[in-house]
Amino acid sequence: MNSPVPAQPPIHAESHKDYEGGKLGMWLFLFTEILLFGGLFILYSAYRARYPLEFHEGGQHLNVIIGITNTVVLLTSSLTVALSIGAIRRGNRRMAIQCLSGTITLGAIFLVNKYIEWSGEIRHGLYPNSPILRKRPPGDQIFFGLYYSMTGLHGLHVLAGISLLSVMLALVIRKKITRDDFNKLENAGLYWHLVDVIWIFLLPLLYLAA
Amino acid sequence: MSYIDEGARKGILGWLLTTDHKRIGILYLVSMVALFFVAVTLGVLMRIEQLTLNPPMFSPKTYNAFFTVHGVIMIFMFVIPGLSTVFGNFLLPIMIGARDVSFPRLNLLSWYLFIAGTLIVIASLFTGKGAPDTGWTFYAPYSLQSGTNVALGVFGVFVMGFSSILTGLNFITTIHRLRAPGMTWYRMPLFAWSLYGTAWIQVLATPIVGITLLLVIAERIFGIGVFDPTKGGDPLLYQHLFWMYSHPAVYIMILPAMGAITEIIPTFAHKTIFGYRYIAYSSLAIAFLGSLVWGHHMFTSGMSEISNLVFSLLTFLVAVPSAIKVFNWTATLYKGSIEVKPPMLYALTFIFLFSIGGLTGLMQGALAVNSQVHDTYFIVGHFHYVMFGGTVMGFFAALLYWFPKMSGKTYNEKIADWALAPIFVGFNMLYFSMLVLGYMGMPRRYYTHLPQYHTGHIIASIGAFILASGVVLFFGNFVVALFKGKKAEQNPWGGVTLEWRVPTPPPLENFSEIPTITERPYIFNPEASQ
Ligand code: HEM
Repeated sequence: MNSPVPAQPPIHAESHKDYEGGKLGMWLFLFTEILLFGGLFILYSAYRARYPLEFHEGGQHLNVIIGITNTVVLLTSSLTVALSIGAIRRGNRRMAIQCLSGTITLGAIFLVNKYIEWSGEIRHGLYPNSPILRKRPPGDQIFFGLYYSMTGLHGLHVLAGISLLSVMLALVIRKKITRDDFNKLENAGLYWHLVDVIWIFLLPLLYLAA
Repeated sequence: MSYIDEGARKGILGWLLTTDHKRIGILYLVSMVALFFVAVTLGVLMRIEQLTLNPPMFSPKTYNAFFTVHGVIMIFMFVIPGLSTVFGNFLLPIMIGARDVSFPRLNLLSWYLFIAGTLIVIASLFTGKGAPDTGWTFYAPYSLQSGTNVALGVFGVFVMGFSSILTGLNFITTIHRLRAPGMTWYRMPLFAWSLYGTAWIQVLATPIVGITLLLVIAERIFGIGVFDPTKGGDPLLYQHLFWMYSHPAVYIMILPAMGAITEIIPTFAHKTIFGYRYIAYSSLAIAFLGSLVWGHHMFTSGMSEISNLVFSLLTFLVAVPSAIKVFNWTATLYKGSIEVKPPMLYALTFIFLFSIGGLTGLMQGALAVNSQVHDTYFIVGHFHYVMFGGTVMGFFAALLYWFPKMSGKTYNEKIADWALAPIFVGFNMLYFSMLVLGYMGMPRRYYTHLPQYHTGHIIASIGAFILASGVVLFFGNFVVALFKGKKAEQNPWGGVTLEWRVPTPPPLENFSEIPTITERPYIFNPEASQ
């Protein structure tokens, strides 16, 4: 069929961008992430109701200092992401680059802290299936099982967030993200905030349970 | 030029790297039909096993692998993604007057994730210590102990979950953002409504099974203990989490099929659909209520009395919106001028078989009956009535209805009609026998049976052969049509939704000019319904 000139620009030309749609899609994706952790939260509440004492005791084995440091680190990193978006909106590319790099560094610091924390616990023999843990009451084993699953899955999300933001950084440097077209960065920022928010829930549930 | 001849790239890459929703729909169609045939073959092999009492044809272990792989393919690779990825992808944008879905590249990624998941599952059959043998439900604690390659198989299903989520997300955004001017919510075809309800379940329920499957993998690799009773874990929680997804998933399977039936019936009754809004809302009601009934899979697994009662009550409630649809379809037929072309014939078969499935489902929703028939062939019979008699029959009807539009070729209507005879007869021989056998006490997932069930098993196996030959005839007809079929007209059935107003097969951009919608759908020429 010979078609006349299309009234709408053809989508395959990639000239057509639906920012609202992009954001809607991103929010839906964030829902799915929350639900993914939701499964773990359900398990947590079921087991906490069953083993309140053990969860209380388990929390005492965790390193609250590192937990709280990491909270501050992540909160700051959320701030820098927000600042980078504000900067790109005002056309301040330099500051956007600095803020994004800051976020990525803070994310990396979070992971390093996590590494230190985990290796400390593993040195004490507190890891799934460890001989020490196997001798302890069932509630303790569950607590540490959940601790590693929840912080582990969250850590993977931090890693994913860092990769995502690094791509964004590259796009800002290569002027693919600009003051007129920063939707991608905004969506990546949303993802990073989500990672942050989930951590805010993990902190009291695990570290402050004692 | 149609989308078949014209693509962004030439040749096979033009298909494998396409972002055109129509081509992606075809990619799904081809991969799924292939998988369907693999799974049907496994089903028939299981029926061969039950033909003999002693000695068994295949070892018990092999039988376990058969029903696991059969179930996994049918559920995760065929009926869950089935209608929404094939017909949804192909038709949703056209039906709402758009050029494509909101995220075309994400759409292609979804297909690749689907294929990746499939390949991983296939790899799990041939690597490690043998094909998974847990059943498609991967119940803990057995899935933690089984020596077979469960972790890899489960991972494949997890990857497919991603594909499902991304498709759902894409469709929701598409429906919200890309409706043509004047295409208000209540002017949308009901197939689009059903895809909308489905997409929400995909987005909201799939993550839960995602995390559950991840935990099974973590259990097997690290032994974290959350489902392991020796470490204080509770396998019952696995069941809860699994069914929190997998029950809504049965509505992911059935809703788009219902949507397709809702398109077909008014077209062949030449009459506007009865109770448009009730059908639309019932899709959403099914999506909502269906999320609250997961416990009815667990009545005998030791939940509290109260939970049992609540879940039983909710299960009865979810039948209401489904019944609303059945009543609306029959009311649409009432005083219509019905023309029984192949799609209509299969649609009517859908209503009949699905009703049997739905009613046997209600029987199991009653606690007293459930404790008797749980884990018997009654269950197997029931879910084949809903999934095969419902979803797959809806898939067949949809294929008959939209094949000419999608391929530009007509198929032989006589053969399509005739193929239904073996399908219908074989189907009922096979699955009604299963209902009866289950009522008599035949447990599911057993590689052999006691002598008193032998007659029933023989009838069922003969039915399976008849059914499978019908299925082969059904698809063979399309293959012949692809090569030898006459060119299809733009609107062979007299349909009135937008896909019938674009050329056959549709051009690359669907519409040369985006239409403006001024009236509700399903308005047929008053003369036509005389
Ligand atoms: C010719 C077609 C088919 C045949 C002969 C067939 C046969 C069977 C048989 C014999 C079983 C195992 C019963 C047992 O020992 O417990 C089974 C299980 C099952 N079938 Fe089919 N079936 C067919 C089509 C389908 C379709 C179309 C679907 C879904 C859309 C399906 C889904 C399932 C599922 C989910 C199971 C349960 C697997 C498990 O226990 O984990 N089947 N089928």
